[in-house]
Amino acid sequence: MEAIPYEHGLILAALLFVCGLVGVLTRRNIVFVLLSLEIMLNACGLAFVVGSARWGHAEGQAMFMMILTLAAAEVAVGLGLIIQMYKRFQTVDISVLNEMKG
Amino acid sequence: MTLLFYLASTVALLATLAVITSTHVVHALVYLIVSLLAVAVIFFVLGAPFAAMLEAIVYAGAIMVLFLFVMMMLNLGQTTEQEEREWLHPRTWVGPSVLVLVLLVQLGRVLVGEHTEITPVEVGVRDLSLLLFGPWLLAVELASMLLLGGLIAAYHVAKK
Amino acid sequence: MAEWLGLLPAFPLAGFLALVLTGGRLPRRSAGIVGVGSVAISFLLALVIAGDYLTGPPEPVTITLWTWMSAGEFAPGISFYLDGLSVVMILIITGVGFLIHLYSTGFMAGDPGFARFFSYMNLFVASMLILVLADNLVLLYLGWEGVGLCSYLLIGFWYDNPANGAAARKAFVVTRVGDTSMAIGLFLLFAELGTLDIQQLLAAAGGQWEIGSGVAVAAAALLLGGAVGKSAQLPLQTWLPDAMAGPTPISALIHAATMVTAGVYLIARTHVLFELAPSVQLLVAIIGLLTLLLAGFTALMQRDIKRILAYSTISQIGYMFLALGVGAWSAAVFHLMTHAFFKALLFLAAGTVILSLHHEHDIFRMGGMRKRLPLAYWSFLIGSAALTALPFTSGFYSKDEILLAALAQPDYGVLLWSGGVLGAFLTAVYSFRLVFVAFFGPMHFRQETEDAHHGPVREIAGISMALPLVVLALLSLVGGFIPVPVEAVFASATQYEEAHPSMLLHGIMIAIPIVGVVLSWLLYGERAHEAGSLRQRMTTLPGAGFLQRLWFNGWYMDALYNALLVRPFVAIARLNRHDLVDQGVTFSSFMAQVGNRLLVLTQTGNLRWYGVSMVAGLVVVLAIGAWI
Repeated sequence: MEAIPYEHGLILAALLFVCGLVGVLTRRNIVFVLLSLEIMLNACGLAFVVGSARWGHAEGQAMFMMILTLAAAEVAVGLGLIIQMYKRFQTVDISVLNEMKG
Repeated sequence: MTLLFYLASTVALLATLAVITSTHVVHALVYLIVSLLAVAVIFFVLGAPFAAMLEAIVYAGAIMVLFLFVMMMLNLGQTTEQEEREWLHPRTWVGPSVLVLVLLVQLGRVLVGEHTEITPVEVGVRDLSLLLFGPWLLAVELASMLLLGGLIAAYHVAKK
Repeated sequence: MAEWLGLLPAFPLAGFLALVLTGGRLPRRSAGIVGVGSVAISFLLALVIAGDYLTGPPEPVTITLWTWMSAGEFAPGISFYLDGLSVVMILIITGVGFLIHLYSTGFMAGDPGFARFFSYMNLFVASMLILVLADNLVLLYLGWEGVGLCSYLLIGFWYDNPANGAAARKAFVVTRVGDTSMAIGLFLLFAELGTLDIQQLLAAAGGQWEIGSGVAVAAAALLLGGAVGKSAQLPLQTWLPDAMAGPTPISALIHAATMVTAGVYLIARTHVLFELAPSVQLLVAIIGLLTLLLAGFTALMQRDIKRILAYSTISQIGYMFLALGVGAWSAAVFHLMTHAFFKALLFLAAGTVILSLHHEHDIFRMGGMRKRLPLAYWSFLIGSAALTALPFTSGFYSKDEILLAALAQPDYGVLLWSGGVLGAFLTAVYSFRLVFVAFFGPMHFRQETEDAHHGPVREIAGISMALPLVVLALLSLVGGFIPVPVEAVFASATQYEEAHPSMLLHGIMIAIPIVGVVLSWLLYGERAHEAGSLRQRMTTLPGAGFLQRLWFNGWYMDALYNALLVRPFVAIARLNRHDLVDQGVTFSSFMAQVGNRLLVLTQTGNLRWYGVSMVAGLVVVLAIGAWI
């Protein structure tokens, strides 16, 4: 197999992370915010796997598994919260959540 | 292989960009699934088949499907599209983009250093399992507790 | 016996604590017993100690109770020193003090602050005893400050009236000026001589300092400043007349018999320092002379019975200062003792008059009281006779000694003697003016209300008030024969030569007071208001009105101090109306509030804002991390 430049993998992970970050900061719909968070988590996982491929051991993949677990739990709870929010405010706009001002 | 890597990277990037700029929820979800599958391909290329399979099955297959179910339950398709179009002015992108570009530059500086090349070696399920049942046993147990907590929390938060 | 010296101030101090800790909840009788009893026990103890001291060889004794503080070489102790001078002082303080305490049980009987009064009085007696028994100047200063505090507390005793509080503050502030001077003097003495133990200090000064050297002059002058403040001499005499706002027993005790004599005691105690600075000693005499004349003239025009006696006290202490200034140490102490007797008698009798006439102070509103207030009348008569130094009273012997000593002064003897004689003349005039105006002549006292609700004027004097008056009257008459055992104390001092004036001068000295009494009778006696009388002619002289006003206002010294010191101070305080220092302090709290308001702006509750701030923080941290 041909070699893959290690840095490019990391740069890809950084780019994906940054895209997710910009989505978190910009979107007003809470579903999109959650989606962007998922993008960020995925990017982190990618970085781990790239690292483990560099060194040729399985630890990165194990870490990726942990991240996956984390993402699953977080999505479950987050979706529950979205459901509650929708039930309460009848909208998914996050600006209705500005109650703790000052 | 290298070509496959770069191809998959491009797909992932473009799909991700589509996710964050999309106005329709379900469209964004599907784009995200595409992105995740592309990343799975990258994992395969890097010699991490188990990670790739996990990505495809769990992430794309379970988590995103969960998302879809909830969206369908809330029926957010048409109603929010109008709102989204109003909210996504180019003006709202400027600030965060600048900030994030700065972060990107910093990350680039930090991460770019060694000019090594990866010669992908397949690190299979066997190696991973030995790791998980061995030194990472505690982490696995903690992960299971996390999942338990998530389960209870999700059940409690989402009920009437 | 002398080992019991430490108990002398302990009993009044215990009395004070007992009265304070029971918070005035004791019944009146018990409070009186505690208050008077503690001083009575001290008096008996003082008698025993004095008897023991006088019957044995006159060896000074030092009793050290414990070391007060120890800082390097400076280790003053709570130690008491007994010699002839201390014996005289403790007998005066506890004896006259006991009589006045006894009197107070009658005088203050109707007052709600009865227990508080006795607690302050006991504290005063304890402080005064510490002052006169102190072995070192630090302990003396403690007693000095203690009596100043008690003076403040007692002058402002009836604190409901803000004028009393003002008078108390005035007394405290003016004596403070003197106290500061004295403190600086103590610092100087310690810096130069390395000790503040009085006997050691005097020996060291005598050995090391030359006569007239700058450091001796400075130290003596500073101590003189303290004495002048406490003894109400020129220029710090303005507080004593206003201090009459307090109850009469304290005027008797503090401002006649004991506290104001503390200055005299201080100078007598440290006489070696004054002998080493003859210029300062002369200054003492001059201050005494000027004060006795100034106060004498002022007393001529006062109407308030207690103010007359206050100015009289200032004048008599001027005599003591005069004696100290010419080196007649024993004469000064002798006069101190006799003055304590007759002045206390006069004040207590004045108290009886005031109480019987329902707090009337103006003598021109009294008149003809000699039949109605017999005890007070005879007390005033005997007291004034002693004050005027009529022959064979106690005052006669003591004043005589002072005037003879003044005459013997090498440079200014005749001047000092003449001033003293003039002062004696004035004393006769004003003291008998009081007697004639208040006790002779037609009764001016509130004729219309006399029968209305108080009934006819009756003397209010129970046994507790009458007994001290009788005892003090006796002492005023025979006190001249009590020997004052202070020769040993001043043995090292250069003795003044006994002046032997001609028969003429001696005759003048004795006759002048009698002439004064006669003049006073002519001016203020029963026939003074008739047309063509001496009084009429004198009051219509040109300039009489001006002199009258000048002397009534105490030579306008109060007004002078007010314009010179009080007004600028108040003006400066008004400049700082907004209190710069306080603003500096509140500025920091203001900045904290500003900071808070700024930070609150970051709590918008906006989710995306929080996200942005988190990313911004991340950027900053990475930046720092990358460059360090």
